[in-house]
Amino acid sequence: MTPSTTTTQVVPTRWQRFRASYLFYSFKRDRVAQISLLIFVALVLAAFSAPLIAPTDPYDLAQIDILNSELPPVWMEGSDPAFLLGTDAQGRDLLSTILYGARVSLLIGFGAVMLQGLLGILFGLLAGYYGGRIDAVLMRIADIQLSFSTLMVAIVVGAIFKATFGNLMFGEVAVLILILIIGIAEWPQIARTVRASVLAEKSKEYVDASRVMGFGSARIMFRHILPNTLSPIFVIATVQIANAIISEAALSFLGLGMPETQPSLGSLIKSGFDYIQSGSWWITLVPGLVLVVLVLVVNLLGDWLRDVMNPRLYKG
Amino acid sequence: MPDVTTHKTTNAEASMQPSTETQTLVRIQDLEKRFDLSGSWLEQLQFKEGKLQRHQEFVHAINGVTLEVQKGEALCVVGESGCGKSTVARTVMGLISPSGGEIHYDGQRIDHLPAKAMLPYRRRMQMIFQNPYASLNPRMTIQQTLEEPLRFHQPGLNPSEVGDKVHEVMHAVGINPDWGKRYAHEFSGGQRQRISIARALAVDPEFIVADEPISALDVSIQAQVLNLMMDAQEARGLTYLFITHDLSVVEHFGTRVAVMYLGTVCELATTRELFANPRHPYTQALLSAIPRLEDDRPTHIRLQGEVPTPVNLPSGCVFHGRCPYADQRCRTEKPQLIPTAGGQVACHAVQEGRL
Amino acid sequence: MALLEVNHLDVRFALRGGDIQALRDVSFSLDRGERLGIVGESGAGKSVAAFSILNLIAQPGYIAGGDIHFDGQTLSAMSEHQLRQIRGHRISMIFQDPMMTLNPVLSIGEQMVECLRAHRRISHREAREIALDRLKQVQIPSPQKRLDQYPHELSGGMRQRIIIAIALLLDPDIIIADEPTTALDVTIQAEIMALLLELCEQHNVALMLITHDLGVVSQVTQRTLVMYAGRIIEQGPTKEIINDAQHPYTQGLINALPQMADPGQRLNQIRGAMPSLNAIPSGCAFNPRCDFATEHCRHVMPEFVTSGGCQVACHMVREMIEEAQHHA
Repeated sequence: MTPSTTTTQVVPTRWQRFRASYLFYSFKRDRVAQISLLIFVALVLAAFSAPLIAPTDPYDLAQIDILNSELPPVWMEGSDPAFLLGTDAQGRDLLSTILYGARVSLLIGFGAVMLQGLLGILFGLLAGYYGGRIDAVLMRIADIQLSFSTLMVAIVVGAIFKATFGNLMFGEVAVLILILIIGIAEWPQIARTVRASVLAEKSKEYVDASRVMGFGSARIMFRHILPNTLSPIFVIATVQIANAIISEAALSFLGLGMPETQPSLGSLIKSGFDYIQSGSWWITLVPGLVLVVLVLVVNLLGDWLRDVMNPRLYKG
Repeated sequence: MPDVTTHKTTNAEASMQPSTETQTLVRIQDLEKRFDLSGSWLEQLQFKEGKLQRHQEFVHAINGVTLEVQKGEALCVVGESGCGKSTVARTVMGLISPSGGEIHYDGQRIDHLPAKAMLPYRRRMQMIFQNPYASLNPRMTIQQTLEEPLRFHQPGLNPSEVGDKVHEVMHAVGINPDWGKRYAHEFSGGQRQRISIARALAVDPEFIVADEPISALDVSIQAQVLNLMMDAQEARGLTYLFITHDLSVVEHFGTRVAVMYLGTVCELATTRELFANPRHPYTQALLSAIPRLEDDRPTHIRLQGEVPTPVNLPSGCVFHGRCPYADQRCRTEKPQLIPTAGGQVACHAVQEGRL
Repeated sequence: MALLEVNHLDVRFALRGGDIQALRDVSFSLDRGERLGIVGESGAGKSVAAFSILNLIAQPGYIAGGDIHFDGQTLSAMSEHQLRQIRGHRISMIFQDPMMTLNPVLSIGEQMVECLRAHRRISHREAREIALDRLKQVQIPSPQKRLDQYPHELSGGMRQRIIIAIALLLDPDIIIADEPTTALDVTIQAEIMALLLELCEQHNVALMLITHDLGVVSQVTQRTLVMYAGRIIEQGPTKEIINDAQHPYTQGLINALPQMADPGQRLNQIRGAMPSLNAIPSGCAFNPRCDFATEHCRHVMPEFVTSGGCQVACHMVREMIEEAQHHA
């Protein structure tokens, strides 16, 4: 019997492992990633604590005074110091509507990606693990779905929902329906990524070892293969959040998304669009800037993650 | 096909007689495996001479292999890459289903069993893999890796019994049981291979298929792992089917050796007999190519050309294209395994006394 | 004066958490036409040693100290441009994976012609003639046909023959071969090794063979270096090292071969594993695995002592020699 040589170190905790990881190391060195994460976290915190920090409640009709409509931001002439970023055409405080709107946008973004993830992981795993006919059928469905643009699917489904529920009813379930539409429209992206990494993992010997043990397919798929495909899923999910936010904004801008009573960033941009000609550019531009910054930082984070988790650059 | 049962004595006469002491644990009968190269049904359609035809291409990985593994022995299968040795191992373990032939374990045919009926055999037969960097799940700790098979096969065990068992196998393979909370990447290649062996031993198997278990390891570590496998064989009465390309390991480790070439067994003999008196021209070439620590120049038998692809198998003896003794009969007629002193060989030249 | 001289070479890798020493004080020389084997397990630094001669170590590796002389020139002081004149021309390399050298989208002929014309002012036609001649030398069947084939159309053994032909293209003084036959089958491996040996002798080319296979080293080389954890621990004539190794690690490596034990018996294993380069033990790096290690070995790095034709870095060997001298 050989006594093993490694010294008797203490087993590191999860936190210590994270601190020693390449992920953390590269984060410490990447200024762009740090700033992006900072802005992203700040935006998310601000958006979800909107009811606490927003000066007014844009959903509360009692707090809105139509006389305050189209006031410019504070640094311009004719502004009201009560409204930091000015007001929109209905006299709502723009800062408050943006905070509430960002919350809706983020909610839809996260929700849609969760749904995409659920469908994508399930179908991707099944297609990659079983191969053959299941793979062919699922991937052809994905191909067909990808050959329609997301917006086209969303417009059709959105229009059908609107027609059946009516505008009022639609307003109440709009968030859920948008999550559903964007989630269903974009699952093939994740399914393809999952399938590709399942194919790579499936050929590794630890999967053979599990099969030799007699483990069932479900156990092998979910307990053994899935945890090893999480890195690429994580990367693509990040990018998909940005995409979902954009999709939602586009739909809202087209009038198929969130109603004006419950504005998202997209519907804010739309509602201000009519007033650009009359000189009230801030109603469109400020929420537009917030949207751009939000999507940009999410994409930058996604890029950074992709670089870090690229298995060709770093094996972990 | 003459059914010759060999056993551990080197006495030529005695080995011709089926022995009563040895007991066949695994029997591989006329095993065949083809892999379809031609893709999906649509991709198989081809235009030939103005007609639409379905065209299929196969890799003939195994072409009629018959082997018996005796209880307690280490049967080594050697050959160069593409000879089908790994496919034999994976087919025996049920990772690949055979295209033809049968596999019997302890008298029971197992190659067509559904997963449920296969479960009891899963415990009795285990596998050790080549690549220690891929054979452990990177997202599981060693403890989890070793506990899972135990919990799965023996649901009756309580947590402390599972813990004791894991402790025992880790100790048996020389891995400090205190390191259970670590992940695979924190171990060296040799240690990972020990853990792989521990996983196989955890369910108390009686038969282990080892597919090139030491080829990815350094020289000094190879010796450790080989010793460990021999220790385990002695302590637990294991039977091995050992797949390797390294003949010097075979000479040391094997009870009997099967030499494979292009999916067929060309010679099967006890280790001592095979190394002392190789009969098949391929075996002779293979043995002469081992780089040994002698001072002299390599005096190996040079073969013509290289191994043909297993897509279009040569007619007759698969080795005839490279064989210095091949004649017309070798090019047309497929040689069968015939009994020799201490083993079997598939060669017309040997049968005719030309060699 | 030796053709190639490496003195006190220090190579480091700049990693997070500080530098890692991949090579420590590596000195050796190679004469014209000599065949030198560099033996060691993975992580011993044998490839780093070979690659640093032509300054081919990849980032984040760098040469931290020492110098390399080749035929009167100092390689370690040369610019990248000057080195390029030497690489592939006077010193060529053969890698384990032929596809590292071969470009998959160019035919064999195109690659050989390009390589020739980069270093010599000759016509396309002349270059092709030379290429064909080299292919004949490496005993490739139907060499004319191979010139117009692409790497993927050839088998592994054939590719390695092409690589040898390319390595010989410009009549180099040294060929550095890094595990040239490890990826090949046993029978092919023996043929390629025999071919390489034959050609080196024919053209009086010096060969630096990096391998983990002691059998190959014993058959091909005249002198051997044994490396462990970034240091040379023993060097000398191959015969002496194989038959009468002095360093406990070299002994262990040879004794661990299956052919050194009786069939069915346990192999003579070395316990433990090579330390990773960021955790090299103090003193002699081999001390935790050595049966003869003393307190001295754990603290003081051994210097080379001469024992027969060999140089050995081991305290025990030094003491034994001193004792013998004392008695005499």
